[in-house]
Amino acid sequence: MTDIMYWEAIRRAHDEEMAHDPLVICMGEDIGVAGGTYKATQGLYDKYGAERVIDTPISENGYTGVGIGASFLGVRPIIEIMSVNFAWLAMDQFFNSAAKVRYMSGGQLTAPVVVRSPGGTAHQLGAQHSARMEKIFMGIAGLRVVTPSNPRQAYGLLKSAVRCNDPVFINEHELMYNMKGEVSDEEFFHPLEGSEVTREGKDVTLFAYNISVHWCLKAADILSKQFGIEAEVVDLYALAPLDRAGIAASVRKTHRAVIVEEAEPAVGVGSEVMAIINEECFFELDAAPVRVSAAHVPIPYNHSLEKAAIPNADDVVMAVRRMFGK
Amino acid sequence: MNVADKKRLLREMLFARRFEERCYEAYVERKIGGFLHLYSGEEACAHGVLEAANPGHDYVITSYRDHIHAIKCGADPRKVMAELYAKETGSSRGRGGSMHIFDVEHRFMGGYALVGGPFPLAAGIAKAIKMKGGDEICICFLGDAANNQGTFHESLNMAKLWDLPVLYVCENNLYGIGTRIDRSTAVIDQYKRVSGYNIPSAQEDGQDIEKVFKAAKKAVNHVRSGNGPYFLELMTYRYRGHSMSDSNAYRSKDEERMWSNRDPIIMLRDRLIEAGHITKADYKAMDNEILDEIEDDIIAFAESSPEPRVDELEKYTLAENDPWVYGGGR
Repeated sequence: MTDIMYWEAIRRAHDEEMAHDPLVICMGEDIGVAGGTYKATQGLYDKYGAERVIDTPISENGYTGVGIGASFLGVRPIIEIMSVNFAWLAMDQFFNSAAKVRYMSGGQLTAPVVVRSPGGTAHQLGAQHSARMEKIFMGIAGLRVVTPSNPRQAYGLLKSAVRCNDPVFINEHELMYNMKGEVSDEEFFHPLEGSEVTREGKDVTLFAYNISVHWCLKAADILSKQFGIEAEVVDLYALAPLDRAGIAASVRKTHRAVIVEEAEPAVGVGSEVMAIINEECFFELDAAPVRVSAAHVPIPYNHSLEKAAIPNADDVVMAVRRMFGK
Repeated sequence: MNVADKKRLLREMLFARRFEERCYEAYVERKIGGFLHLYSGEEACAHGVLEAANPGHDYVITSYRDHIHAIKCGADPRKVMAELYAKETGSSRGRGGSMHIFDVEHRFMGGYALVGGPFPLAAGIAKAIKMKGGDEICICFLGDAANNQGTFHESLNMAKLWDLPVLYVCENNLYGIGTRIDRSTAVIDQYKRVSGYNIPSAQEDGQDIEKVFKAAKKAVNHVRSGNGPYFLELMTYRYRGHSMSDSNAYRSKDEERMWSNRDPIIMLRDRLIEAGHITKADYKAMDNEILDEIEDDIIAFAESSPEPRVDELEKYTLAENDPWVYGGGR
């Protein structure tokens, strides 16, 4: 076990997979000579060369399509899109080509590409650099969507995503690349489906993913110490497909659910988890499930407005207190 | 191209025409659903280019006007027709339809329905070829209107930047759906538009298969010799509307007549008759033989094939039993 940063975990997964299989390549803007905006590919250009660590032009749809085309012949591209806001431009190729080619070819072709990209709101980056787009990706049939909340998941999810035969979108976070966490020195592969109980509790389940796991862990501490409420925190590292059984199991245990997401509420993880709870275990509920979400606004530049737009641990505490009337 | 080749190509092109016209009838009879884009009039493009390449070995990708490219690559026409009939025996098991014919065994990498979508996919296939060190090339057939998509520019830039073995063939039929090229495109000659990417290009008469073959031979040799991409523009015309739902009212009868006087099949047929290689009777016999084959073999196969099972609706959405989904097969 070693404590390493989130970006180091991603870099290590790249390095191991490229060493393991000569058909693994990575591509994206500034990932080669410059080493990657978040250092996720640092040193790989020198080690594996320009044919496999490809600095692309700023043509998101184009290079995503190039990666998908290469994957038809067994190449395994890891495509970095520098910011998830730029992934809008690549949606045509990712959704229309990668997600659908297996189905519309009757299983003849598959696009085993990995697209990784940081989403989320960081430090006053403004409306066009603060998108949270996981909700868009998770609604498309034919894609897998995962989102690591710590370095261990960041490493293990990328390892499995590279080897999996489906197209996988990995939703990272701008604020998490320097987060430290324990990662085994032994090679391992994290499942691309399921969920993880990060903190056991009996009174209420906080469903979270990516950065909101950390808000929920903090909130659970406050709820336990100050209000005597024991919250369970469930990490939904797989957003597509969502872990229906895991979601239902926790609700059957705590009978209360709060879903915490950094994104706007409409058509998102929160609404989807609520629907699953309704379908799987409605009569287990002791209270109506609640969402803690961002404001439905383009993210503002002003720091106070930006803070007000995004939820935090205190918002989670307040939502649970209201649920319990405390 | 010797006399035997020319006679074979005459038959292949006539077969393509009859195949597409039979699709038209089946569509009118509602045996074929969805959108149907026919290739009639453009036969010399796919046949001339692929004759100059190595179909089945080279990779081919195209748009939604894809039946004939697939067949020339080696796809079984019965399976292509069965796909149009939405049958389980179809080339995409009834899941794709007319716009999504695939035959990966023969390296026909599919028809795609987003205009301009295959540009980067073709460059990616070429990137994979280069990485693996094979002598194959990738040939991407698209229409003139696709060149107004961003993918055209993005892909040509990368194809040249990385010197990828890809041949882009522009089938310029003068219309993007129902809009004439001079009303949608600032530069009419498409081969000129790639000069900004330093890619060699040429324009050729797409109705004369001998000319297409000659121009394509040069293009294929360029790409296969490791010189990077090439762009070949072929001037052609589609007889039918953009798709079957197109009233085709935007073209003048004079224009249509002018192009039908330069029909690729008639031109080659008359040349072979004039040279004494075939007779009118030979041609008629060949046509009848083709019509019988389509009816007795191809249509019969499509008609009698089973539909996909409804309980297999979700099959092919994701990989089945992939161990890496569950954390590895180790």
